[in-house]
Amino acid sequence: MSTTTPTPPGPLVERPATLKAATLPRWSPLAVALGSAAVAVGIGLGAGLHSRIQWGLIAALLFIAGSYALAVAVEGTRQARDRLATSLVWVMFLLAVVPLASLIYETVQRGIKVFDVYFLTHSMGVLSDEETGGGIYHALIGTLQQVLLASVIAVPIGLLTAIYLVEYGRGKLSKVITFFVDVMTGIPSIVAGLFVLSFWILILGFGYSGWAGAMALAILMMPVIVRSTEEMLKLVPNELREASLALGVPKWRTILKVVLPTAIGGITTGVMLSVARIAGETAPVLLLVWVNPLINTNPFEGSQASLPLYVYQQYAAGTDASYDRAWAAALALIGFIMILNLAARGIARWKAPKTGR
Amino acid sequence: MDISSKTTARPPVDDVQPVAPVDKAAARGATRPGDRIFLGFSRGSGIALLAIMAAIAAFLTYRTALALADNTGNFLTTFEWDPAGSSTGGKPYFGIAVLVFGTVVSSVIALLIAVPVAIGIALFISHYAPRKLATPIAYVIDLLAAVPSIVYGLWGALVVAPNLTGLYSWLDDYFGWTGVFEYNGGAPRSLMTVGILLAIMILPIITNVSREVFLQVPKMHEEAALALGATRWEVIRMSVLPFGRSGIISASMLGLGRALGETIAVATVLSPSFLINASVLDYGGGTFAQNIASKFNEASEYGQDALIASGLVLFVITLLVNGAARLIIARRKEYSGANA
Amino acid sequence: MKLQRKNRLRALSLGALAVSGALALTACGSDDTSGSGDGGKETTANANIKCDDAKGQLAASGSSAQKNAIDAWRKVYTTNCKDVQLNYNPTGSGAGITAFLQGQTAFAGSDSALKPEEIEKSKKVCSNSQAIGLPLVGGPIAVGYNVPGVDELTLDAKTLADIFNDKIKTWDDKAIAKLNPDAKLPKTKIQAFHRSDESGTTDNFTKYLKGAAPAAWPYEPGKSWEPKGGQSANGSAGVASQVKQTAGAISYFELSYAGEGIKTVDLKTQAKEPVKATVDNASKAIAEAKVVGKGKDLSLELNYKPTAEGAYPITLVTYEIVCEKGNKAETLPATKSFLTYIASEDGQNVLKENDYAPIPAEIISKVRSTVAGLS
Repeated sequence: MSTTTPTPPGPLVERPATLKAATLPRWSPLAVALGSAAVAVGIGLGAGLHSRIQWGLIAALLFIAGSYALAVAVEGTRQARDRLATSLVWVMFLLAVVPLASLIYETVQRGIKVFDVYFLTHSMGVLSDEETGGGIYHALIGTLQQVLLASVIAVPIGLLTAIYLVEYGRGKLSKVITFFVDVMTGIPSIVAGLFVLSFWILILGFGYSGWAGAMALAILMMPVIVRSTEEMLKLVPNELREASLALGVPKWRTILKVVLPTAIGGITTGVMLSVARIAGETAPVLLLVWVNPLINTNPFEGSQASLPLYVYQQYAAGTDASYDRAWAAALALIGFIMILNLAARGIARWKAPKTGR
Repeated sequence: MDISSKTTARPPVDDVQPVAPVDKAAARGATRPGDRIFLGFSRGSGIALLAIMAAIAAFLTYRTALALADNTGNFLTTFEWDPAGSSTGGKPYFGIAVLVFGTVVSSVIALLIAVPVAIGIALFISHYAPRKLATPIAYVIDLLAAVPSIVYGLWGALVVAPNLTGLYSWLDDYFGWTGVFEYNGGAPRSLMTVGILLAIMILPIITNVSREVFLQVPKMHEEAALALGATRWEVIRMSVLPFGRSGIISASMLGLGRALGETIAVATVLSPSFLINASVLDYGGGTFAQNIASKFNEASEYGQDALIASGLVLFVITLLVNGAARLIIARRKEYSGANA
Repeated sequence: MKLQRKNRLRALSLGALAVSGALALTACGSDDTSGSGDGGKETTANANIKCDDAKGQLAASGSSAQKNAIDAWRKVYTTNCKDVQLNYNPTGSGAGITAFLQGQTAFAGSDSALKPEEIEKSKKVCSNSQAIGLPLVGGPIAVGYNVPGVDELTLDAKTLADIFNDKIKTWDDKAIAKLNPDAKLPKTKIQAFHRSDESGTTDNFTKYLKGAAPAAWPYEPGKSWEPKGGQSANGSAGVASQVKQTAGAISYFELSYAGEGIKTVDLKTQAKEPVKATVDNASKAIAEAKVVGKGKDLSLELNYKPTAEGAYPITLVTYEIVCEKGNKAETLPATKSFLTYIASEDGQNVLKENDYAPIPAEIISKVRSTVAGLS
């Protein structure tokens, strides 16, 4: 850099060679990072620290301290503080990425072992916990049906409530509803499960079934749908409503034909995200659906299984074979939810409301 | 959000009024039969939702009342959970002191770890990462928010916990004298482990919300600071963080709400027992949701009532935390003027 | 308008695709798990099992202590009676009895005999008759430990009580060394694990401690663990896996959960030689049990200080709980046929292969005649 500024050599020796302050070369953070990692590994090996977590923490500390010290020496304190913040942000990022990457890696690596077509198309049958084999077909069917039923209950109620709040509601009723929707989002899932258990099963005397589980899931789903739909409906420009009403279109037709189609992308995304959320619920299913190692395609009668519950049970069984199955089922569950999420995002992008965003 | 709805984006039904100078009902568009039916339906589902909520509240309060009526211990301060009364000769004796402690401690640990890290990632995505990297990272973190808690639990119990022993003995070596970080060996299934796992679980949600807020910082503010010769850190300190402060707080509250109610993941990694331990590294303690999940099966009907009573307390706490978060978000929207 | 219709068409076709996909999925699954992994071990048909007109879903729940036994029985039984779908949910004895009293299940499994108030409640679901407990599964509760370098360990009731009460803290404690003069005991800290959930296993284990070492064990025996502190895990499988993972650990669980990876403690009793936790030794102790149930109820009272040579004192008996009369008509044939099978000689022999103890001949013959009379 100093070469680019032609400062004539002369008697003014004390003037700095350049107007720009001294800077570290661009590769210096990388060098410091590599250096501190190497030192940390050295310390780890030397001191006999077994846990990789400690190695990582030592490396992170060295990196932050190293880059700060270097910058203070070369660039001055203000720049050094900037470097410190930059390296902190990078370290925080890596610190967070490591566990999250490990989660995905472990699930895939341990789950892939028994994850095959056989696993997807067979139930647990009469296998005991120690035996290998078996599959998640019954749980997959159970989850699909329960989630579908929960959506059938929750989506219409949630949508209509949101429409009421945005398009009609202004009195006390809407305020009360808004408040209780907020309250409802705070319901711990196990409490929703308890509620359905005592009403449907203990008081009304019905048996355990996928339907009972679906009702608890619907309770958890409704507030999420109301909230997201509300937000989406609010984004619909008022000009559209006014234009439609001015043409003499009845309000209900305006809502159905103008407002909803405009917001449909966002609404679908909200619904899909809420579906993804309830598909991973364990606690209410544990209380209401019970377990069934066999295939039961009728969600209204008899116990069923579900994917999160299956993972929990195979974990609880505690044998090597069941751990393998638990990981594989966790992989299937993550896959299922990721697909739903990606679909939701795809729809959101495809049908994003055309507001000036 | 409900507050903002009143002020900003409400569809201007009143604007239509002059066009059709009729009575109020007509202004609401409820004259034609179709309109009336539709209004009926949507109002009906709102009322249905209220009815469900009321039923849940009534049910919780009723069973809580049943439980508290016969409790011989103080519900708030008793350190034991013995609804069957096996040690007091049949008299129920239980309280939530240990659960409050465990829930608060594990959530606070989770927040202490997750909030700085989440702010770091959020800043990384919004201000530091190369553009090409930022979008996919944001995307992946979005997806991680949807990973079900049972998967976190499985991973926490089988992957994370076994790897923490080294870290804990190291903490014990250097900070054991504080009493908080004493570690006596044994399986690392303590409140600290729970806190770490919860931190990882709530990281995505805090990151997402904070990132949204950071991206909303008016570009002009940042550019003005840059023009004055500020370094990137100074820009962040002077314009981004002050603007995003309430957003960060509400994001943390949302994360806290999730951490408080987490059930299955806690149940898989904690070694529960009904006592309060000064050291967060030693086994023991419990949380509301974990206690309900692990005790519910073997409980008698009265035991279930007692657990439901603790569930109600959890419900109220979660409600307060979520409510505070929403209030802060709503206030920020009102006065920031950033997205006006 | 045209544009919208097109979208709707697309949405419709997407929906149709999803529905048909789901339907296609329902068609291709199978409950038949033979032919892969260990599922390939073919179970032979057994002519002694009478299915009669047993069919449909047979739901039961309760004790997790007998889960492995039920799994083994279920395998044999359902290969012979293909119309029955037996579904045993190891929710724990308390939940099992509750579900049974609410009429949710055909029978319940319980680690402890029915209490008088439970019998009273059962009159509702058993239409004017009452619930009875049939002892069908016995088993030793093993004390498993994980001390590297120690392959054999002998303890007595007092030492066990002190270990679980946190009085003995390291493995090289004098009390342990005295009982094991030959063992090389390390300095490792003792990590005692107990069950965090309520369980009949805890009940029987603490009853043994209280019965055999009342001075060292000041707590009331019960389903939940009374002493404060100590490490815990959920379920027998949970504590067993903690013992496997943690050096210095010790805990109690049914022998069937010990598997191959966990060593078990020999108990010093009144007898001369320390007693190993085996099925046969448990049977000797169960043989000393007395029937205390009234009428057709066959509740047992176990003897925790058995005098017989080689009798293993910590045992557990699991009862199947059914209505004496007035069982639900749709599940009665299946219940009866299944219970008949597990009470039969074939059924009881299956237990031995799975680390459970058969019920002594005198008691099991009473069980058989009671099962035959169920209606």
